[in-house]
This record gives sequence, structure tokens and C-alpha cells, in this order.
Amino acid sequence: MKISLRNIWTIAGRDFKTYFTSPIAYIVIAGFMVIMGWMFFFNLSHFNMQNMQYQQFNMGKGVSITEGIIRPLYGNMNVIFLFLVPFITMRLFAEEKKLHTIELLMTSPVQLSEIILGKFFSSFLLVSIMLVLTGVYPIVLFATGNPELGPIVTSYIGTLLLSSCYLSIGILFSSVTENQIVAGALTFAAGLFFWLVSWATQSAGPVWGELLTYLSLISHYNNFGQGLLNTSDIAFYLSFIGLGLFLTHRVLDSFRWR
Amino acid sequence: MIQVSHLTKLYGPRAAVRDLSFEVNQGEIVGFLGPNGAGKSTTMKILTGFMPASDGKASICGYDVFEQPLEVKRNVGFLPETPPVYPEMSVYDYLEFSARLHQVPKLQVSTAVNTVIDKVALGEVRKRLIGNLSKGYRQRVGLAQSLVHNPKVLILDEPTVGLDPKQIIEIRELIKSLSGDHTVILSSHILPEVTATCQRIIVINKGQIVAEDTLEHLTARMKKGLIYSMVVKNPSKEGLESLRKMDGISQVTAHGSKLAIEMKSGTPEIRDKIIEMAVQRSMGVLEFSVEKISLEEIFLQLTTIETSSQPASHSADHSQGAGV
Repeated sequence: MKISLRNIWTIAGRDFKTYFTSPIAYIVIAGFMVIMGWMFFFNLSHFNMQNMQYQQFNMGKGVSITEGIIRPLYGNMNVIFLFLVPFITMRLFAEEKKLHTIELLMTSPVQLSEIILGKFFSSFLLVSIMLVLTGVYPIVLFATGNPELGPIVTSYIGTLLLSSCYLSIGILFSSVTENQIVAGALTFAAGLFFWLVSWATQSAGPVWGELLTYLSLISHYNNFGQGLLNTSDIAFYLSFIGLGLFLTHRVLDSFRWR
Repeated sequence: MIQVSHLTKLYGPRAAVRDLSFEVNQGEIVGFLGPNGAGKSTTMKILTGFMPASDGKASICGYDVFEQPLEVKRNVGFLPETPPVYPEMSVYDYLEFSARLHQVPKLQVSTAVNTVIDKVALGEVRKRLIGNLSKGYRQRVGLAQSLVHNPKVLILDEPTVGLDPKQIIEIRELIKSLSGDHTVILSSHILPEVTATCQRIIVINKGQIVAEDTLEHLTARMKKGLIYSMVVKNPSKEGLESLRKMDGISQVTAHGSKLAIEMKSGTPEIRDKIIEMAVQRSMGVLEFSVEKISLEEIFLQLTTIETSSQPASHSADHSQGAGV
């Protein structure tokens, strides 16, 4: 069946506005910016100190901006998204269920996939805005130094893809329950699991180890952080997002049959 | 307009709706009557495509509910039991959202919203947040939502629940005014509701249709004999006795000064004789009226398993209660 962009936009638009008519968007964005600002400041001063020491003791070439600032900064940003995404996604379906407004959506001439995509894009848009706001750091770096553009761009692409994976987990868990706290907690737990799953690689043996590394969300980010765009990483993230949204579709559809 | 045949919905082993069949013609207002848990909401949810049926067929406007859900949904306005409103949205924004969700063409959205705001009398609160509105207004916003895309078929699940008497009357008038252009199914467990608005009544109990007819026919069918109600100043014992002995009267019950006089079926007109008798026995007649069998009794008779033919002795009190 054909998917209508207008329907997706109708739903995404309403949900996106709701972020701003409730305190959610302001709290999440403000919290995000405060933490990121602190991290940027910390990274920058640490980087300066390190480079000064290198020069002082004549230890050769210092750490590059990419290695010293960009990589840790965007790596930390991913961790912060792991914490913040549950707050962004937890209400998407849970609240609709609690308020019974899901009945409005499900009895409107709109397909379930359009509803889910609309919800996804509303949260995706919020995350994108948060990322745009962090654009101020590269601007500062370009104004004062000479960073490489490539790693910055790939870091943004990687971060957007990785946080979209969290979003799709969040939407899935939001569709499972009508309790927002439960949805948020499950999202965080699952996000953390897929993030930490690579920790077990050492002890898991060669085959399992490789599999677990492959499954880990964060291990696919490493290339992006170094300025590399790898199709297999992009494909992994996109299929992860697709799987999450597909499962959401199954959950909501089966919910009708009960 | 609406055809339902052999609809069944199972929740696990329990059937919420069992082998339900009925039809609704264009422009009709049909009342779904039944006690709580009879399967009214389930039927409505199936018709609106919210949930699929376990068995059977249903079609609206010629579209099959299961095969062509989008076409059906485009032609149906649905007010669920709980009005599906977003508390953080303003009335206008919400209706606009709903109009767009129902694919009202872009340029007609604001006209559609304004029309429906006038129709449901929401002008005063159009800019207010739904969360700050009273239950009655929320209900009306829900109703407006079901009307905004001007659907051919309206399905209203207990539309007047939680409203005050004035609002109830307004909503009833509104629903009545919709007949003709729209086909309406509304459900209720409150009888006067259905009596006041519907042309035809479908009584369901335990997921099955127990009666389906116009109000007049139902009343006629269930009538076990005419009942007169008489208020007297002095309900003396011998007065009551002599009334009881009259030809054609099957029973006389007294609730204080109010007498319920039940006639044997097929009795000719003897109202004048009853009054004459009461005057002779100097009972002091204050009031005399014909008691219609109320829908409430029909309802009770239909939904409580035929336990003997219940005497309508309590009718006088009940029917007055139901007439509100």
C-alpha cells in the first residue's frame, strides 16, 4: 500500500509540537546543552594543556584536534543520548494508549506504518535540533583552530544514526505499555544492553565474540568517529532502526487482535 | 448503509459479541441498547476498524470493514467511550489535527473546523486547552472530532455520558438534526437516551441481539396490558377492594396515595367507570393518567432471562423515573 507523506507529516507535526507545549523539549534540550557545554569546555582545556606540555617538553607532534576533541566529544554525546532518548520516546505511544487517543489514530484513515513513521520523525526532528545546536562547537573550533571537516561530518552522521537506533528502541517499548515510566526504563535498559554488549567479547570466544561486537551499537560508531563512512555500519544502523519500527508495527497490530 | 452479518468477537474463550447481524439504512438513527458489558463498544470498535472481528462480515457504505479499512474509516466518524482528546492541545488545534488526519483537503480544513465548532457550539472555548475544559465540553470536542470530516456514518459510543441535563438535551437535538444527511449508530445503557433520539432500537445482551424494532413496536410487543395510574386523597381499603372487583381489572397496587391499576388485556375502555367507582367510594380522585410501559421495563424483560412473565406492578414508579 502507498504511504502518504501528508499523513506522516500530520502526525509528526502534532507530536513535535507536543514536545514544545509540554516541558519535555525544554528540559531535554537544556540538560543536553549544559552537559555538552561542560564536556566541550573540559575537552578543550584538557586538549590545550596536553598540547602545551607536548610543546614544553618537545615531545614531537601533539594530539590532533580530531583525536583530542572531536572524537571524545561526539563519543560522549552518544552516551548522553542513551540517557536522554528514553525521555523523548517514552510518551509517544504510551501516552496515546493512556489517553485513549490511540483510538482516534487507529480509526482514522491512516495506516499504522504512517502513524509509526510520524512518531519516529517527530522524535528524530527533536534529536536533529539538539544536534544542530551543538554545531556551535565546531564553529568555535574552526574560528580558533584548524580542525578537519571530514570527521566532524561523519561524527554527526554517526551520532544521528546511533541515536535513531535508540529512538526506534524507545518507540518499540513505548508501544508495549501504557506506562511511560516502564517504557522509559525498558528503553534505557535495552539501549544500555546493546551498548555494553561488546564488553563480553573478550570472554565469549571467537565466534560469539565477533557476533557480539557486531551487535553492539557503539562498536559500529568507531568508524564514524574516525572520519570513515562504512556502508556496513550504515546498513547495520538502518536495519536496526527498521527492525525496531517493524516490531512496533507488529506489537500495535497484535494489540488490536486481543 | 451498514450491514453486519454473523459478527463474532472472541476474547480468549469468552465471546464479547456472538453472531450479531443487523442492518442500518441511510439517514437512520439507530440506538444500541444494552447493559454494561453487553458488547456494544466491541461492536462499534469492530465497525470502525479499531479491532478485527473473529468471525463474520461487516460493511459500511459498501466497503468491507476488514478488506478496505481505509475507505471505511474515511466515511465514518467515531466517538469512542472516552473522548480521544489531547489535553495539551487547544480545541481549534485539535480539531484541525483531526480534520487533517481524516484527509480533509488542505484548503477546506479551516472551513471544516469552523463549521463544526459552530455546530457543536464550541465557539467560546475554541482557543482554550482541552485539558482545562469540563467533562461536558470535552465530550463535545470529541463529538466535534467525529463530525469534522462530515462523514456519512457516525458511530457514537455513549455520547451523552457525563453531561449535565441541559447539555444532554442539546446533544440529543444535535444528533437528531444529523439524521437524514448522516447515518447514526449510538449506544447507551440509559434508556431515555435512546427513546429520545433514535428511530430504531437494537437491544443487545451478552453479545446477542435480543430485540430489534422501532420504539412503538417494541412497546406494543412487550405490553402485557394497559396500566392506569390514579392519585387519590383517601386510598381506603374498601375502595381498593371494590376497584379490584371490577370487570377487566387484573390488579390494583397502592403506593401510598398512588394507585397502579393494571388492566386485563383486551379490556374495552372503562376509564370513566373506574373514576365513577372511585368517586362513589369517596376516595377523592386527584389525578388520573395512562401509564405507558417504559422502555426500562422492556429492557429489563428482554435482558433478564425470561423468568416467568413479570407482573408490571412496579411500573407506576419506574416509568415515571424513566420519563425524565
